[in-house]
Amino acid sequence: MRGLGVSRRGVPVLENVDLHLHCGELTAVVGENGAGKTTLVRCLLGEIPHEGEVHFLDAAHRRPDSPVIGYVPQHASFDRDAPISVLDLFAASLAARPACLGVSRGVLDQATGGLARSGSVHLLHRRLGTLSGGELQRVLLALALTPVPNILVLDEPMSGVDHSGREKFYELLSRLRREYDLAVLLVSHDLASLARFADRMVFLDRRIVCEGTPAEVLRDPRVREAFSLEGLLS
Amino acid sequence: MSGGWLEPWQQAVAALPFEWTEFEFMRLALLAVLIIAPLLGALGTVVVANRLAFFSEAVGHAAFTGIALGVILGLGNPLWSMVLFSLFLTVFVAWVRRRGGLSSDTAIGLVMAFTVSLGIVILSRGGDFARYTKFLIGDMLGISAGDIASLGLLAVAVLSVFLVFFNRLLLASVSPALARSRMRRPGAAELLFAGTLAVTVTFSLPWIGILVINALLILPAATARNLARSTAEFFAWAVAVAVLAGVAGLIVSFYASTATGATIVLVAMGIYLLTLVGAGGFRRES
Repeated sequence: MRGLGVSRRGVPVLENVDLHLHCGELTAVVGENGAGKTTLVRCLLGEIPHEGEVHFLDAAHRRPDSPVIGYVPQHASFDRDAPISVLDLFAASLAARPACLGVSRGVLDQATGGLARSGSVHLLHRRLGTLSGGELQRVLLALALTPVPNILVLDEPMSGVDHSGREKFYELLSRLRREYDLAVLLVSHDLASLARFADRMVFLDRRIVCEGTPAEVLRDPRVREAFSLEGLLS
Repeated sequence: MSGGWLEPWQQAVAALPFEWTEFEFMRLALLAVLIIAPLLGALGTVVVANRLAFFSEAVGHAAFTGIALGVILGLGNPLWSMVLFSLFLTVFVAWVRRRGGLSSDTAIGLVMAFTVSLGIVILSRGGDFARYTKFLIGDMLGISAGDIASLGLLAVAVLSVFLVFFNRLLLASVSPALARSRMRRPGAAELLFAGTLAVTVTFSLPWIGILVINALLILPAATARNLARSTAEFFAWAVAVAVLAGVAGLIVSFYASTATGATIVLVAMGIYLLTLVGAGGFRRES
């Protein structure tokens, strides 16, 4: 991403963001609420108009036209009583046949294969509303990995998930990015976990304030101030 | 259109050993119910899942203004002005939601109050409102073979749109952000569905009635939620409950001499309450 900028009603939300994501690397984006993290994600997904450029280069530095981007959304606030099973979610995402008319053998296999990647095959026939926060995010991760993407983008996947669930999720993510050589962009508030699992960290406040290894970024006085302040407020 | 093409249907139903099948208006009404009820039941699954219940209620009530426009324009049958107005309303509500100035239930509430009042004011000029009460409670027994043919064509078109966009709508009901990342323009699919819904509600109004039509959308889906664990089961139960309530309600209304639309709703409500009690027991066990 080069010179990325977004304005909303004349007010800049993101300014002049330069960011490289590398295959096999987990890049964490941290920042306060309203710092433009979700806007950055939406630019990468191609959902909103922006200034600057987003390029995708493969290993030979050619430009594949449309890389596959897997996306894990923020904790979804859907209707917990809705009769939608995990399999239905895969069917709606992968199949042409409407999910209300049943699920084909091929989609069943794809869903099983996808869930195996996040160790959640046993959740296949569960209703979404009965899953715990951690289970739901593993299902959404499995969905984002079906088909296996070039880039995996996660927008605060762990809000509303307890501590042990978070640790397990980040361990899984860490293993998967090596296994599939994924470029991972993770937006999160979990500084402690990110310090252990991220390869690079970016502190965003409308523009990139500082970036580097997690240790470098977490030593930066501006980051320390922002997050201790946030801790006090919450 | 003459009803010659319905002759096989007429004979088949008339051969049933019931008193009510001896009447042609009941045989036609049965066919109409068998088209409208499952159609509304199917659309209702998305209405409930994607939280469009208040929108569909507003579309039904806005028909007052649609009828009034038809009267002002001098149309013999106000159906087309009703349909056009419901589509205008769909786009207008989507626009208000998109601008984000008002929460969507507030916006829809205001629009509904305005369109109902405007329609009633225009239609009641000169004390003539009684002519339009048939739209309030519907007149299923007055349906003609030609009306049924139009309903059949409508059902085919609406179900096609529904099935093509179903997956997008399902994903959007779980997470709009996820839907946007995997599908082309789920927002457009929602707008198209809302438009299709508006047309379906408007076409069904003269037979079901403005006051109760929304219940026929919502009750089968609400009942199905008590019984289903997957999307396919949800859909199948909603259609089955709609057909059961529709046919039972029609027959009850014949013997009780009551308005058909409202009778169907009461039967559907009864089925809903039964499943609610049943589902409560089921959930305690599991």
